[in-house]
Amino acid sequence: MSEELSFKEETKIFLNTIRHGRMGALPAIIGFFVLVVLFSFLSPVFFTSLNFANLLQQSAPLIILAMGLVFILLVAEIDLSAGVTSGLVSAIFVVTLKNFGIPWWLAVILALLVGVGIGLVIGIMVANVGIPSFVVTLAAFLAFQGLQLMVIGQGGLYRVESPSILSLENGNLSVAFGWALAVFLVGFVLFSGLMSRKRRRKNGHANRAISILYFQVAMTALVVFSSVYFLSLHRGSNPQVQIQGVPVAVLVVLVVLIPSSYLLNKTPFGIHVYAVGGNPEGARRAGINVGKLRIIIFMIGSGLASISGLMAASRVGTVDASAGRTVVLSGVAAAVVGGVSLFGGRGRLTDAVIGGLVIAVIDNGLGLLSLPSGLNLAVTGAVLLMAATADALSRKHGTLTGR
Amino acid sequence: MSTAAVPVIELKSVAKSFGAVEVLSGVDFMAMPGEVTALVGDNGAGKSTLIKGIAGVQAYDAGTIFFEGKEVHIKSPVDASDLGIEVVYQDLALCDNLDIVQNMFLGREMVRSVSIDSESMEQKAAATLKGLSVRNISSVRQKVSSLSGGQRQTVAIARSVLWENKLVILDEPTAALGVSQTKQVLKMVRDLADTGVAVILISHNMQEVLAVADRVQILRLGQMVANLKASDTNLHSIVSYITGAESLSITGEAAL
Repeated sequence: MSEELSFKEETKIFLNTIRHGRMGALPAIIGFFVLVVLFSFLSPVFFTSLNFANLLQQSAPLIILAMGLVFILLVAEIDLSAGVTSGLVSAIFVVTLKNFGIPWWLAVILALLVGVGIGLVIGIMVANVGIPSFVVTLAAFLAFQGLQLMVIGQGGLYRVESPSILSLENGNLSVAFGWALAVFLVGFVLFSGLMSRKRRRKNGHANRAISILYFQVAMTALVVFSSVYFLSLHRGSNPQVQIQGVPVAVLVVLVVLIPSSYLLNKTPFGIHVYAVGGNPEGARRAGINVGKLRIIIFMIGSGLASISGLMAASRVGTVDASAGRTVVLSGVAAAVVGGVSLFGGRGRLTDAVIGGLVIAVIDNGLGLLSLPSGLNLAVTGAVLLMAATADALSRKHGTLTGR
Repeated sequence: MSTAAVPVIELKSVAKSFGAVEVLSGVDFMAMPGEVTALVGDNGAGKSTLIKGIAGVQAYDAGTIFFEGKEVHIKSPVDASDLGIEVVYQDLALCDNLDIVQNMFLGREMVRSVSIDSESMEQKAAATLKGLSVRNISSVRQKVSSLSGGQRQTVAIARSVLWENKLVILDEPTAALGVSQTKQVLKMVRDLADTGVAVILISHNMQEVLAVADRVQILRLGQMVANLKASDTNLHSIVSYITGAESLSITGEAAL
């Protein structure tokens, strides 16, 4: 059992997976690069350090929202209220900060507690009362818009009066910190890969070809180092002001992504999430408390939506009564475009990152071309439909061949 | 099998109705350690309902359950698995999107601090399959979606072996299998019982029942109409009981 597969065999397995329609995030990665090349030709501003940083900041709230939706989609549920939850939470944040004179971090904690509480209520409605999540969250979608209007007041507009929160989407890490982060990320991929191989070898299990790991590390290094280099260039229009470094938003995404991925990939809870998405009855018979798990999933989803709401508020700088109203569909689109299945049980959190970047590139690129904004929505809709078609077809193929 | 041994599971006059329909009416049933007890009966005879009560999926309305001689209340699948009861369902209850190891350990993962100890799980799963002389599975890291029906059944049975259960219930394990796969699964069933586990086998295939079972218990319209030693009976007699041609109620010790 302990022999290693050759690179040739690995390639064969990989091609076979693709032939069976299990492409994961691959189409999104290809799509991302195609779009980047396309927009770089069409707009002189697109491929600049300034716009690249802007793109990352633009995508951060969307990516975090989509990560929350990944959890929910994995158990074959939906949260249509994720966007308005993010808006409501940001409204509660700015209003408590302004009216109660509490420190910003306390306002953040309060706002996040409200967000997680919303998830708890939705989860109980779905898991214990037995209402389809589509209906529960549609009701929440309507009700929270009203609540948000009441919190903000008719025609109201609150400024985000917290430098700490504003820096999340507007600040940059120092150049040195950016490079340290890059080294850490590449080192992490290499180190965890080598550790896992060592453990498997010790237990006499077969390892995958070492070239796969080298390939992963090389690709990570290429993407991470070139990005950090690009972002470390001076990008301000005014030579008097130094603007350079990796945006803080990137760090926020990583801080959310890494523990969430650990939860989903390395803990029993994570396996149970996939099991419930793949076969809820099977999971129940295996002794998993499916109802409790669904409630926790909705709490995670709403919690991440709340963080996304604070990020969005930080980016815009103000919160009004309509904040977050339309973002949920972009969030679902990001997850599905990234390769998360709408039918449950298949997808990763990194898919949300890649999908979120694709949606943000479409938004950003079309915006730069100063085309009518209607086109933007139409293109995003078409991309979502394409991704959902790929998902449905791969599932259909799977049923036909018993795979 | 010695008559002194305590049955692993013993049901005394259990009953279950769905509305006006009485699916089980005062059924007695038992399974001895080290034996394969076949539970047979026509469609609608109440086999699945009987099993669901033992598995904790659906409680009985009345009657008592004794596990190793002690009265127990099984209210959920967790209660059943705590006692050492494992059910291998007809639809297998495996998760297609997980691999063999994850399926075998589902709900009972081995954990090192907070993360999954996948190496130890993989090792134990591979050892269990090897112990059952399974040779048709190349890697325990395959997704279940890529397995054939026979391989899935093998995984499901191996899951019950892994947990060193006292009672394993197999719901039509060979229903969807080809000839050679059926043979292999039946051999696994026999090997499983020979390790001292009580095995309940639900089947519609009487040849199979006579080949592998020690005891045959027959349900007809919600009542236990016969409890026979497999070596004392034959195909014709079993079919007669199932269809009601031989309606004389012979239960429990009377047939020993």
